[in-house]
Amino acid sequence: MKKTLIEAQHIGKYFYSPKKVQVLNDISFKIDEGEFVSVIGKSGCGKSTLLYILSTMDTEYEGDLKIDGVATKKKTPHELAHIRNEKIGFVFQFHYLLTEFSVIKNVMFPGIKLGKYSEEEVEHQAYERLKLLGIENEALKNSNQLSGGQKQRVAIARALINKPKIIMADEPTGNLDEGNSELVFDIFKEICAELNQTILVVTHDNDFANRTDRIIELSDGEILSDGPPLIGIG
Amino acid sequence: MKLKIILQIAWGLLKARKRQTIVAAVGVTFGITTFITLLGFMNGLNDLLDGLMMNRTPHIRLYNEITPSSTQPIDEASNHNDDYNFVHSIKPKNDRMEIRNNKPIISFLSNAPEVKGVTTRITSQVFFNIGASSIGGLINGIEVAQEKELFFFEDYMIEGNSMDLQNVPNSIVLGEILAEKLMLRIGDLVQVTAPNGERFQLKLVGLFQTGIADIDKSQSYASILTTQKILNRPNDYVTDILVKLHDVKRAPALAKYYGKLFSVETIDMNTANAQFDTGSSIRSLISYAVGITLLVIAGFGIYNILNMLIYEKMDSIAILKATGFSGQDVSRIFNTIALVIGIAGGGLGLLFGNLLCHLIHSIPFNTDALPTIKTYPIDFSTKYYVIAALFSVITTYFAGYFPSRKASKVDPVAIIRGK
Ligand SMILES: Nc1ncnc2c1ncn2[C@@H]1O[C@H](COP(=O)(O)OP(=O)(O)OP(=O)(O)O)[C@@H](O)[C@H]1O
Ligand SMILES: [Mg+2]
Repeated sequence: MKKTLIEAQHIGKYFYSPKKVQVLNDISFKIDEGEFVSVIGKSGCGKSTLLYILSTMDTEYEGDLKIDGVATKKKTPHELAHIRNEKIGFVFQFHYLLTEFSVIKNVMFPGIKLGKYSEEEVEHQAYERLKLLGIENEALKNSNQLSGGQKQRVAIARALINKPKIIMADEPTGNLDEGNSELVFDIFKEICAELNQTILVVTHDNDFANRTDRIIELSDGEILSDGPPLIGIG
Repeated sequence: MKLKIILQIAWGLLKARKRQTIVAAVGVTFGITTFITLLGFMNGLNDLLDGLMMNRTPHIRLYNEITPSSTQPIDEASNHNDDYNFVHSIKPKNDRMEIRNNKPIISFLSNAPEVKGVTTRITSQVFFNIGASSIGGLINGIEVAQEKELFFFEDYMIEGNSMDLQNVPNSIVLGEILAEKLMLRIGDLVQVTAPNGERFQLKLVGLFQTGIADIDKSQSYASILTTQKILNRPNDYVTDILVKLHDVKRAPALAKYYGKLFSVETIDMNTANAQFDTGSSIRSLISYAVGITLLVIAGFGIYNILNMLIYEKMDSIAILKATGFSGQDVSRIFNTIALVIGIAGGGLGLLFGNLLCHLIHSIPFNTDALPTIKTYPIDFSTKYYVIAALFSVITTYFAGYFPSRKASKVDPVAIIRGK
């Protein structure tokens, strides 16, 4: 029996401005260790909103969320930050990097923050991640001297630095051309298979989704379907 | 949480906004420089004026006032105990100025542990004669060695040597203005008329200048022996006993105590110079107020730059939070930025303040009133530097407090969505 890493129980979410709107309604599912899951659905159906809740950044919701067996509802912001730091790697749609720092520092910071390894050790690990993503030559560049695809790979390297159990990504290929999208997919696939990390990706790209293990489809804030892709895995 | 990474991130954010950071730091530097210079200068002046007054002022003076006796012989008569008596026009006896039986008092005071030094004086009115006219003045009979030690008498001698008062028989030192009025030079003879009308000739061995015109135009010093001779008094005649204490603050209490103990009048320095003290403390107050105001303004400068920085760095804050930095960490980062600005600006301020003080201290400042002073006075006490450093840290901390709180509350989801 595989370990359950993410457990969503009856999650509901409202927005109150300009008027009360329900964006998520009674969302429940479990994601196990090593699964590569994609979330799809029409624009505005609540995918990002769900991902922010699952990432513990958004705490204003109904229902319960367990990350790696730990209920998050009653945790303090400080404890949630620690959970994010240790267990969740997040990749944004718009490759968010700290523009004031070099590539290598961007990758290192969450690792130094975790404090499990010495700074030299973290630096070494950061180089490994960059090598994995084929951008170790850019390590000392400033983070805004990179191309979009390179930045996205740096963001993935940063998400990987603490060997998190879960990687979440919100449309990681949304801004990339086909070649780069392919690259990102391959990286995720590899991580999932080799490092046994759980991956949850929100995507618009049906080709991308069809190649994952499992697709959760949302529609108007509810789960429309949940299961392996209907078209065979490519 | 490691301090190093907080510092690293804070430094990175600072470097991204070099110019504003420098402007904010310069604000603090300016505030601290002004604070140091103002306080150093003001207190240098205060000390100078204090010295002018206080060095020459005994902490406690024991003396006798010419007052009529409070009891009359009839009060002592036992057969009139039940009667009232009225005595009109009571006059003081001539003799009351003298402190009688002063030897035991002096030896008691000299041995008291709280007393730094004791000296005796005779003060008397005299006339200085020039031709047919005469000028009223004062002669102070002093114990020269003690006077030198306790009241820095030598500092005020602008010509001659004070020890000559002791070494040359029948000698006198005159106030500089007085000597000028009498048209006398060192070595000349001074004609003095004692209160009892007797005339004396004393040799002028020196001139003094205190900077206080009233004193310089009317007073003179002679040895206690010479003065006793002029006044035709025995050699235990003394009118004042002057005491310097180790701790000035005890003067009022001890003055009262000695007054009772020896049944003499006493006055302590604090009471005698109350207004003088007020002046000093108001000058200090003004300089503190100006310095602190400047620091508060500098604080607002820091507050502004931090607010601007936070506004510009919302994305970075969101990323930090998304990758596991807590609100507390973010708040520490911005507090660190504030403190870095404060400490760098403040440190330079201390340095520049000190340099400016040295500069002022080297500017020539010559005035007749202050013979021993050659340049502008500056108080270099470390306490102003400590206070300034403390204040710069405190103001920057408070300037950083609210922006840091704001930064810690940034909602990463709102920022990430906003893109
Ligand atoms: N802060 C907000 N206040 C009010 N409504 C919001 C807010 N954020 C999102 N919404 C609404 O919630 C719904 C879900 O938004 P969400 O961003 O989760 O959609 P999405 O599925 O990620 O869409 P897309 O594919 O375009 O990214 C949308 O209708 C959006 O208008
Ligand atoms: Mg979205």
